[in-house]
Amino acid sequence: MTVSVENVHRRFGAAAALDGVSLEVAPGEFVALLGPSGSGKTTLLRVLAGLEGTDAGRVGIGGRDMTGVPARERGVGVVFQHYALFRHMTVFDNVAFGLGVRPRAERPTRAETARRVRELLELVRIPELERRYPDQLSGGQRQRVALARALAIQPRLLLLDEPFGALDALVRKEVRRWVRRLHDELGIATILVTHDQEEAMEMADRVAVMERGRIVQCDAPSALLDAPATAFVAGFVGEAARIPCAVRHGVAHFDPLPLPPMRVALPDGPAQAFVRPHETLAGPGEGAVLRLVRAGTAGEARAVVEAGEATLDALLHPQGAWAVRGGACRVQLRAAQVFGAAGAQARALPLVERAGVRA
Amino acid sequence: MSATLIHARPARVAPVPGLGLSLGVTIAWAGLIVVIPLAALAIKPWELGVAGVLASLADPRVVSALSVSFGAALAAALVALPLGLLLAWAIVRLEFPGRRVLDGAIDLPFALPTAVAGIALTALLAPNGWLGAPLMAAFGWQIAYTQAGIVAALVFVGLPFIVRTVEPVLRDMGRDAEEAAATLGATRPQALARVVLPALAPSLLTGFGLAFARGVGEYGSVIFIAGNMPMQTEIAPLLIVIRLEQFDYAGAAAVGLAMLLLSFAILLGLNLLQRALRRGRR
Repeated sequence: MTVSVENVHRRFGAAAALDGVSLEVAPGEFVALLGPSGSGKTTLLRVLAGLEGTDAGRVGIGGRDMTGVPARERGVGVVFQHYALFRHMTVFDNVAFGLGVRPRAERPTRAETARRVRELLELVRIPELERRYPDQLSGGQRQRVALARALAIQPRLLLLDEPFGALDALVRKEVRRWVRRLHDELGIATILVTHDQEEAMEMADRVAVMERGRIVQCDAPSALLDAPATAFVAGFVGEAARIPCAVRHGVAHFDPLPLPPMRVALPDGPAQAFVRPHETLAGPGEGAVLRLVRAGTAGEARAVVEAGEATLDALLHPQGAWAVRGGACRVQLRAAQVFGAAGAQARALPLVERAGVRA
Repeated sequence: MSATLIHARPARVAPVPGLGLSLGVTIAWAGLIVVIPLAALAIKPWELGVAGVLASLADPRVVSALSVSFGAALAAALVALPLGLLLAWAIVRLEFPGRRVLDGAIDLPFALPTAVAGIALTALLAPNGWLGAPLMAAFGWQIAYTQAGIVAALVFVGLPFIVRTVEPVLRDMGRDAEEAAATLGATRPQALARVVLPALAPSLLTGFGLAFARGVGEYGSVIFIAGNMPMQTEIAPLLIVIRLEQFDYAGAAAVGLAMLLLSFAILLGLNLLQRALRRGRR
C-alpha cells in the first residue's frame, strides 16, 4: 500500500476533525475524499502531508510509519487550494524550489535542475511561461505551476486540495480530464480533496465519502450510486431527493404526499426514501403540479414537480403538449432507496408494475 | 425631436469619475503644504550667494552635525529593522498572554511627546540611571550623552514604523507559502530565508525608509539624551535651531536644504530598490 491510514483521530478543542479514520490507497490509485465542508477531508489531507499532527492512530506512506516525520521528509507533493505559489519567484524558480532546497550532496547541478524544470513545464504544457511571475498568470496557469512544483520532488504521493475551485466551469472540466490523464501517465498515487461530487465521481478510481470526521463509505463511483452505505451517502452522492415515508407490512407509504406506495423489504416504522430524477416520472394525471419543464441534454425532457410538500426533479414521460407549466400531473416512482431505522436499507419498487405502469 | 436626441452631444464617460476635481484638489493641497514651504527653503539660502552657501555647509560643525544625524538615523533604522520584524512576527504569529497589550504599546512612540521619551530614556540610560549604571559598571559603556544615546532614542521612535509596515503584509501572507515550502523539502531556516523574508522584503524596506526618515528629522527626543556637544553629539536639526536663534536665517536654511537633498536622494534610492524587489508582483 502506498498509503495506509489506521484509526486516526484528531481533535481541535472540543470538536473532532478526524474521528477514527482508516483508508488504504494502492500504488497508482486515484482516490477522492468527498464530503461537505467541515467533514474533515482537508484535515486528513494535512495529516498525510505532515502539516497537522494526530492524537491517535497510525499513518504510513510507502510502507514507512510517518508518526513524527516532518512534512519536509515525507516526499509528498501537495497542490494547495489557493496554490500557495511563491510570489517573488518566477515560474521557473517556483518549480525549481524543491530541488534547490535539498541537502548539498543530493542537490542536482544547475544544468540538471534547469533540464528537469523545463521537462516539468513541458509536461504541464506551459513551457513559455518560465520567466513569468505568479501574479502575471491566469488561474489555470497557476494551477499548472503548482502541479509542476509538487511533481518536481518526484513524490510518492500527490495530494490535491480542492485544486479546481478557483477555475471557471468550462476550464475546470477540461483540466480535470487532463489531470486524470497525467495521473495515468505518471502512475503516482493521488488523493484529491473536493466537495464537488461530479469532480470526485469523474476523476477518482475510488471515492471516500466523509461525514463528521469519519469515512462512511469508500467505493468505486458506480458502487456509491448503486449501493450507498448510509442515508448520508445516498443524499450526498448523485442527485437525489429525500422523502420521508412510513413502512407498514412491507409497503412504504408516502402520505400525505401524492406519491404511490412502494413495496420494500423493511421492518415497520418511519423511514427515508431517496429518489433519483431518472427514477421519477411525471405523466399526465392528477395529484401533483408541474412547476418547470425544460429540455434535458440527452433528448429527454425534464420537469420539476411539486408533489404536496416535496419538490422533485423528474423525467417527463411521455413528452408532449400535455405538459404545461402550472398544469396537473401524476408522479410515478420507478425505484427508490429506502433507509429504515438502525441503518437498515432496501430497494423499493412499484407495487403495481404488472398493471401497465411500465417505465 | 428624435433628431435633436440623436445629435445630442456625444457621451463622454470618464473612466475615473471626478478625475478633474480630485486631481485639482490634490495638487492645490500638495502645493500649499508641501511645495511652497519647500520652495521657500530652497530659495532662502541663496541670499548668501553660492559661495556663502558652500562656505556655510563646509563649516566643520555643519559637516559633523549632518554626519551625526544621518549616521545615527541609519544605525538606528538598521537596529530597529530586525527588532521590528521580530515584534511584528510575535504579534501576528504567536499566541501569548498580553499580546494585545503589546500590540497597543507598540504605537506609544507615535503618541508620546518625543521630549517625554527623550527625558525618560535619558533618566534610564544616564550613568546613574537604572540601566545606565549597571551597563557602566559591567562593561564601562556610557550610553546617554554619546552617539549611542542618539541611536537609542532613534530606535525608540523608529520602531513602530517598521512594525506597522511589516505586520499587515505578514498577516496577509498567511502560512500557505511556508507550508508549501515545507512539503517541498525546505527546512525551517530555508523557508524563512527563501520564502518569508523575500516576501517581506519590500515592506521591510519601506519600514526601514520611514524609520530612517523619521530619525533624520527627529529633534525632541534626541536633544535630551545627546548631550549636544558640537562636533560630537550635535545633530543637524539642533544646529538649525541654534542658527535660527542667532538670526542666521539663511545659514539655517542652508543646513535645512542640505538635509532635504540628502534625505530625498536616500528615499528615492530606497524607493527604486523597492520597485526592483517588487518586480513581477502586482
